[in-house]
Amino acid sequence: MNYFWDLFLGGITRGSIYALIALGYTMVYGILELINFAHGEIYMIGAFTALIAASLLTMQGLSGPAVLVLATVVAVLYAAAYGFTVEKIAYKPLRQAPRLSPLISAIGMSIFLQNYVMLAQTSDFLPFPNLLQNVELPAFLNTWIAPAEFMIILTAASLMLGLTLILKFTKMGKAMRAVAQDRTMAMLLGVNVNRIISRTFIVGSVLAAIGGVLIASHVGRINFYIGFGAGIKAFTAAVLGGIGSIPGAMLGGLVLGLTESFATGYISSDYENVFAFALLILILILKPEGILGRSSQQKV
Amino acid sequence: MKSTFIIKYLIGMLLSLMFITTLTAQATDTIKIGIAGAHSGDLASYGQPTVKAAQLVIKNINAAGGVAGRKVELIIEDDACKPEMATNVATKLVSAKVDAVIGHICSGATKAALRTYKDAGIIVISPSATSPELTFSGQYPNFFRTIAPDSAQAKLVADFTLQTLKLSKIVIIHDKGDYGKGFAEYAKKFIEGSGKAQVVLYEGVTPGAVDYSAIVQKIKYAGADAVIYGGYHPEAASIVQQMRKKGMKTAFISDDGVKDQTFIKVASSYAEGVYASGPKDTTKNPLAIAAIAEHRKTYGAEPGAFYLNAYAATQALLHAMNKAKSTEHNAVAKALRTYQADTPLGKIRFNKDGDAIGAGFSMYQVQKGVYVEIK
Repeated sequence: MNYFWDLFLGGITRGSIYALIALGYTMVYGILELINFAHGEIYMIGAFTALIAASLLTMQGLSGPAVLVLATVVAVLYAAAYGFTVEKIAYKPLRQAPRLSPLISAIGMSIFLQNYVMLAQTSDFLPFPNLLQNVELPAFLNTWIAPAEFMIILTAASLMLGLTLILKFTKMGKAMRAVAQDRTMAMLLGVNVNRIISRTFIVGSVLAAIGGVLIASHVGRINFYIGFGAGIKAFTAAVLGGIGSIPGAMLGGLVLGLTESFATGYISSDYENVFAFALLILILILKPEGILGRSSQQKV
Repeated sequence: MKSTFIIKYLIGMLLSLMFITTLTAQATDTIKIGIAGAHSGDLASYGQPTVKAAQLVIKNINAAGGVAGRKVELIIEDDACKPEMATNVATKLVSAKVDAVIGHICSGATKAALRTYKDAGIIVISPSATSPELTFSGQYPNFFRTIAPDSAQAKLVADFTLQTLKLSKIVIIHDKGDYGKGFAEYAKKFIEGSGKAQVVLYEGVTPGAVDYSAIVQKIKYAGADAVIYGGYHPEAASIVQQMRKKGMKTAFISDDGVKDQTFIKVASSYAEGVYASGPKDTTKNPLAIAAIAEHRKTYGAEPGAFYLNAYAATQALLHAMNKAKSTEHNAVAKALRTYQADTPLGKIRFNKDGDAIGAGFSMYQVQKGVYVEIK
């Protein structure tokens, strides 16, 4: 039972990170029908910025939760700026182009950002300070869950709740949903579509950056390439849950994380990826639109 | 109008032809040595020191008049430790008509490239590719190396775990790559063969995964008292960190893919006490001391992984060419097997498989942030 619980927690932790990144994929897809391959790189840039900020802050003599919070804020601002700029440079000029063009542009952007970070920083792995371990938990929680896992799950859950509330109740959320449903109609009704698209990219980047900071301080190392692996997995999670669907991305992330964790724990870690992608294929065969995706009619 | 255009065209052609002839004339004068390995990407820290070692050796040789009166020139190509890039690099070096190659760095990449070199009749000396089959299979008579194969390393690690540490419940994990899995398979064979210990878990992990908490849980619940890891330092650093954060004190024993200062830098305080095998300590060898001092003087830093192996490989190769008085590959291969070369690794020559006689491994442990050899 204990083994099961530990694997379950590990899976949920990993799954919440996937979910945070998957939200960015799914929101952008919902609005632009574009797979933003550069999204994994935003996550990596978030983690890198946090590392730089954390080292600077530690040098200034700060410690503990202050470093964690301030480093995350800096990371979020940077990643949001990158997300915003990537959209303006790589996707906006191609808004009317055939759908393959922004896709290629996205792949190009991803490669560019990876190599940019490699050249500007380093190609080596860097140690990431253990920011989450400093958090103290009440004793009754401590026996059940490690502080790092608790913080990751708690942060991810509150972010997802916050996002759901924003989308449901704020004017911006309503506008986002309207643009996702029908861009032309939303435009005719006075929604500033370009601004909404920019904001979608910013929200997605914020979530990815926070995910990056959390996982990097959990795992303890980063390099310029971490965005690729995490991006592929998060994209898988988004498709699994139904791309375009917000609750779908969250569910997809958790399902994927749990599958990997249990497959490793009870079968063999040799087949971690095999199980993850076998699950994807199985779900796509049974329900091609994903777990929570709605089958949409092809626009003509 | 038309005729002036044609004349311009002709002049251009003639000029470019002259350019080509000067290039080839220059090429026949020098001995060309290809340097292939990871010079970018995750594993650049394994490949870069080889380039520096080779550059220092040929600088000295050229200053002393070259090999049999001919200057030596390097052609450096990056394979990022990727087999598919390694075959391209090999083709490129063959068409550049190199006389021999120092490299490649990773076993997988070396294996992929070797066939191309074999067909072209080019001697290859790797400072770091330790996969046993490269020499034991007998398929590559043109291949030599200045590092001992994984099986030697696995034997040492198995004996150390069983006899020195006296541990008996052992988990073996690897990164599913040629190098890590090869090492893990031999370690498993030696440990099970001894009858003194039990392998309670044998598995591969996915390199570059987001985290390793599931496999760490599995190790914890297997109740092992030692983890033997076959692979490179990035994954090892993550696994060790997650084990120690979960409060596990299980001994962590690995190979020379982990015996790298980057591992200690990334795993920081969690690296303390980790064991790894690596090439024998050569700090008492005067040639090694000189080679390291030279690196410090030229580059202002301590040399990285496989620096001395690469230094020895380059010296042994040029020594053999000198003895053979030729760069023809059969003559050089024969000289490599016959004559001892005095290198920072000691006096080495090669056996019929291509493994160096006189170079080997010992065990190291991380103590206060540096690897210390265990006697």
